[in-house]
Amino acid sequence: MIELDNVAYSYGGGELLSGISFAMQPGSFHFLTGPSGSGKTTFLKLCYGALVPTSGHVRLFDRDVRTMSRDDVAMTRRRIGVVHQDVQFLDHLPVADNVALPLTVSGRAHLDELANLRELLGWVGLKARADALPPELSGGERQRAALARAVIMSPDVILADEPTGNVDWEMSQRLLKLLVELNRMGKTVMIASHDLGLIRAAKTQVQARVLRIANRQLHLAGADL
Amino acid sequence: MRRALSEISALLVGDPQADRLVPPTGFTARLTLLTSAIMAFLAVFALALSLAAGRLAERWGEELSRSATLRISAPAEQMAEQTAAALRVLETTAGVASARALSEDEQRALLEPWFGPDIPVETLPIPQLIEVIEGDPGYDADGLRLRLQAEVPGAVLDDHTRWRRPLIEAASRLLALGWLSIGLIFTAMAAMITLAANAALAANAQVIAVLRLVGARDSYIAAAFERRFTLRALSGAAVGMVAGLVAVWFLPEAQEAGGFLTGLGFAGAGWLWPLIIPPLAAGVGFAATRNAARKTLRGLS
Repeated sequence: MIELDNVAYSYGGGELLSGISFAMQPGSFHFLTGPSGSGKTTFLKLCYGALVPTSGHVRLFDRDVRTMSRDDVAMTRRRIGVVHQDVQFLDHLPVADNVALPLTVSGRAHLDELANLRELLGWVGLKARADALPPELSGGERQRAALARAVIMSPDVILADEPTGNVDWEMSQRLLKLLVELNRMGKTVMIASHDLGLIRAAKTQVQARVLRIANRQLHLAGADL
Repeated sequence: MRRALSEISALLVGDPQADRLVPPTGFTARLTLLTSAIMAFLAVFALALSLAAGRLAERWGEELSRSATLRISAPAEQMAEQTAAALRVLETTAGVASARALSEDEQRALLEPWFGPDIPVETLPIPQLIEVIEGDPGYDADGLRLRLQAEVPGAVLDDHTRWRRPLIEAASRLLALGWLSIGLIFTAMAAMITLAANAALAANAQVIAVLRLVGARDSYIAAAFERRFTLRALSGAAVGMVAGLVAVWFLPEAQEAGGFLTGLGFAGAGWLWPLIIPPLAAGVGFAATRNAARKTLRGLS
């Protein structure tokens, strides 16, 4: 579904990633780790078409991103749910509308879909906060709202960039549980995180593979974690 | 064409959900409304000027070209003879519909503005005037002059070309200037709306980024901005147009004494012309916003 073939990416002069080949298997659960600034976010951006590789090929659902139009990228994003560490919302609209936003922009905001919305808000524990505005949410609530927004289109892949970066341990466990549940439902999940505790906790619940970015390369980390 | 129409109707009806996605911005909205109104107001005047200049050029052209004056200067004892000879020549000239010597009363009326009433015209050595009305097709002025020279040496034909040409030229320049002004007004409006749209797009960078992230297409994002600015340009221009029309309505009526200046304004169906200003402004607003939005969006991932 997401394939990287000998991909390199450079910002300005310096090369951040090079010679990266990776194929995401459907239903897999990956962690992406590595020191700050090693290129985790860049890697994820390559995976959802926000960046085009400097060299090599990125294929999203069997299509090379270089040959994709802006509309193609938009359509692809409806199949890839993304959660950022500093998640952004439309601050003037209530949480429920923000979570339903992917339905709205794809013209699918029908009544039956809106029933799913309530269920989804209940699943992430935000039913009571549905009418709140995003700036009124706590860090954990924001992350859960972002997760709900990322999965409302029932995407094939969920990419999460440091989803637990701004929340306490208990909340990060709750988020992890939600992501593991999604994986059990057949979704492919990739979480970028340098929180080793989180990764260890996940390994007890799901068969997770750990990828590590070091020296511009992507390595499959051993079982030592 | 059909696609454009459906696009416009979709734009006017709008998608209430899409409309909510971009937060309302009071300041740029008010400025856009205000500028559109001012531009439409000015456009009404430019239009009035153009139409009046067009009418004037046409009127002067028509009135003056169909009539000519034959002036006979001769010693008093030969005047009647020469007048009769001139009338004979005119009657046998192809293209002259009618020719008529002005009576003493008419001549007196012509001179009255300069000499006052009750001048003894008959005692003054003033030339006899003959009014010549041109037929269709007209006569050959140079040929007529040659014949008159031979038969009525004291006759001078004035076909008003000398007067007409600079007047018509001035009027058509004025007409061109009017249309140029309208063009400039709409160009300025396009520039202003582009600036406002760019400001709105920059202010809503986060909204755009979020919409892009959740899979909104560029056309969908752009439409939210296009619709706003189109409606603002339309409503602002409508207000400005009405104000402009009211102002033109209260201009003094065209009067004989005021000449050209008081003829400024609309006549008859001309009052309908300003109605195209608001749709035109909406079109300009739409195009300017679409351009700005597409350009901004292309720069984003």
